[in-house]
Amino acid sequence: MSQARPAGRWGDRLFGALSFGCAALALLLMAGLFFEIASGSAQALSRFGLGFVSSSAWDPVRQDFGALSSIFGTLVSTFIALLFAVPLSLVIALFLVELAPPFISRPVGLAIELLAAIPSIIYGMWGLFVFAPWLSEHLQPFLQELFGEECFLVAGPPIGIGMLPAGIILAFMVLPYTSSVMRDVFQMVPPVVKEAAHGMGSTTWEATRRVTMRYGIQGLVGAIFLGLGRAVGETMAVTFVIGNEHRLSGSLFAPGNTIASTLANEFNEASEPMYRSSLFALGLTLLVMTLLIQVATHLWLRRIQRKMGAGL
Amino acid sequence: MNAKLSTKVALILCLTIAGGWLGAGDALAADPVRIDGAGASFPYPIYARWADEYHKQTGVQLNYQSIGSGGGIQQIKAKTVDFGASDAPLKKEELDQAGLVQWPMIMGGVVVVVNLPGIGANQLQLDGATLADIFLGKIKKWNDPAIANLNPGQKLPALPISVVHRADGSGTTWLFTNYLDKVSADWRAKVGCNKEVSWPVGMGGKGNEGVTAYTQKVKGGIGYVEYAYAVQNKLATAKLKNRAGVFVSPTMEAFQEASASADWQNAPGFYMVLTDQPGEKSWPITGASFILMHREQANAAKAREVLKFFDWCFANGEAAAKKLDYVPMPKSVSELVRTMWRADVRASGTPVFN
Repeated sequence: MSQARPAGRWGDRLFGALSFGCAALALLLMAGLFFEIASGSAQALSRFGLGFVSSSAWDPVRQDFGALSSIFGTLVSTFIALLFAVPLSLVIALFLVELAPPFISRPVGLAIELLAAIPSIIYGMWGLFVFAPWLSEHLQPFLQELFGEECFLVAGPPIGIGMLPAGIILAFMVLPYTSSVMRDVFQMVPPVVKEAAHGMGSTTWEATRRVTMRYGIQGLVGAIFLGLGRAVGETMAVTFVIGNEHRLSGSLFAPGNTIASTLANEFNEASEPMYRSSLFALGLTLLVMTLLIQVATHLWLRRIQRKMGAGL
Repeated sequence: MNAKLSTKVALILCLTIAGGWLGAGDALAADPVRIDGAGASFPYPIYARWADEYHKQTGVQLNYQSIGSGGGIQQIKAKTVDFGASDAPLKKEELDQAGLVQWPMIMGGVVVVVNLPGIGANQLQLDGATLADIFLGKIKKWNDPAIANLNPGQKLPALPISVVHRADGSGTTWLFTNYLDKVSADWRAKVGCNKEVSWPVGMGGKGNEGVTAYTQKVKGGIGYVEYAYAVQNKLATAKLKNRAGVFVSPTMEAFQEASASADWQNAPGFYMVLTDQPGEKSWPITGASFILMHREQANAAKAREVLKFFDWCFANGEAAAKKLDYVPMPKSVSELVRTMWRADVRASGTPVFN
C-alpha cells in the first residue's frame, strides 16, 4: 500500500484506520437510523399492515391511520416542482454557458447560487405572505377562467394555499441546485466537441441538443434527481403554504399535505403510542421512497450510459 | 518544522482542555439550584417570565423547554425532567399508574376569530351547535339562516365559509374540540376530541400564527386561537352562547368566571376541563394548563425547590400573568393544590413541602 519511507508507515496505518473508522461510522449511523425508525413504526405496521400505505384515513381520535394522502401530496408537490424547475434550469444553464457574455453570466450565476443559501423557512414565509395573496388574486382566477370552473384541476375557492403554491415554492427552492449543477455539466463539455459540431455546419441549437446535452446527459439527470431529493424531503416551506389537510383531492387549489409536513406538524403532541408509531411509519415510508428513488437513479443512469455513450 | 508545530498544537490543545475542565469544575462548585421542566407550549411565555423573576429574587434557575404536552408527559414519565407540563389533564387512573400528581397552574381561553367585511370584534354571535355545524361543513355560507337567526339585525355577507384549524397537534385544538364534543352530538359521532382530529372541512395553519395568517388572508374565514394571541393581534373575535344561554364576549373576567364556577373540590387528581361550565358570565371554551410531578421524589431538596417555585408563582405571579393575558388560578384552587402537595409529594415517606 505504502511506498514511502519506513518512518511514514505508522502514520499511513493510523490514517488508514482513522478514515476506515469514519466511513464505518457513516454506515453505522445509517443502519442505526433505519433500525430506530423501523422499530418505532413496528406497532403501527403490525396493526395496519400494508394497508397503511393504501389507506387515506388519518383520525387521531379513533386511532386509525393511513399514509396515502401524505404520499400522494409528496409525489404531486414534487412533480409540480420538477415540472417548473427542470425546463427552467435547463434554459438558465444553457444561457449562462452558451449565450451570455462573461460579465453577465458570472454575476447571474453567483446570484443563483446565493438563492440556494436562503433558509427554507424564508421561502415559506415569503410564500405565505407575498406569493399566496398574489396567487389567489391573479393567477388562480386566471387559471379558473382558462380551464373553466368545472375542471377538476382548478376546482375550489382560489385561496392561494394548497398543492399548486407548495409545488411552485418547491420549484423556486430546487431551481438553484439543478441550474448550477447543470451549468457545471455544460461547462465540462470539451470545447473541441462543440467546435466539431459547429464545424460540420450545426446551428447553436443543434450543437446544444445533439452534442452538449447528449454529452452531459448523465450529469443532467443527476441534477434533476438532486432537485427531486430536495423537493421530496422539504418541510418548513411546504408546511407554510400547503394547507395541511389529510385529504385526497384532484384539485391543485385544494389544501393537501406531505409526509415531511405531517411529521413536522404532529410529532410534538402525539402522545398516544399508536399515533406516535404511525408517524414513525410515515417517516419509514419517506425513507423507503428516497431509497427507491436513489436506486432508480442509478439504474437509469447506467442504462443511459450504455445507450447514449455519454461522456461525463 | 512539522514535528515542532504539531508539538506546539498538542500542547495548546492540552492546556485548553485542562483549562476548560478546571473552569467547568469551578462553575460546578458554584452551581446554583437548577430546575428542569418540559411540556406544553401554551404556558411557555408565562413560565419563562415567572422563572426570570424568580431567578432574580432567589438565584434559582428554571429551564423550561416547550416541546409540547405529549413530549412533557413522556419526559416526566421517563424522569428526565423535574416536572412536566400538559395542556390536557391526565385521568386519575393514568396518574396513579405512572405514580404522578397533577395540578392546574394557569388558565387561558380559546376564542373564535372571523374575517368578515363590515363585522368587527364581538359583533357576530354564535352558539355551540352552529359552531359545530360550521366546522363540520354543514353550514357553508355566512348568510345561512342558522347564523342569521342568531344575529338579528346584522347584515351577513353571502360569502362562502372558509374553515381554518390548527395543523399541528395542540392543546388549543384539544380544548376547542372538547367544547364541540360537549355541545354537539353530531360532532361527537363524526369527529370527537383530541389534540389533532380528522377535520371534515377546511385547511390547517401551523400554530396560532398560521391560523391567524390564513384567517386574515381569506375573506369569509373562521378559525380559533388562544385568547392572548387574539388580543395581542387585535383579531375580530365572535361572541359565544354559554351554558346559561347568554352571549358572552371573551374577556379575562369571563374566563375567571368559568373556573370559579367549576367544582375543583370534587375533581380527583384535579382532572377538570373548564369547557361549557355553568355561570351566566362564563366563557364556554376555557381551560387550565397542568403541571405533572412524581409522587415519590428521590431528591427531597430538589423537589422542595420545585414546589417552592410554584408556590411563589401562585402567591406572586398574578400581575405578570395578567400582563401576558393569561388567567391566574383563583386563590381557592391554589389552596387546594398546596394541601395536595403537603399530603402527596413525598421523599422516602416524609412530605417534601410544608
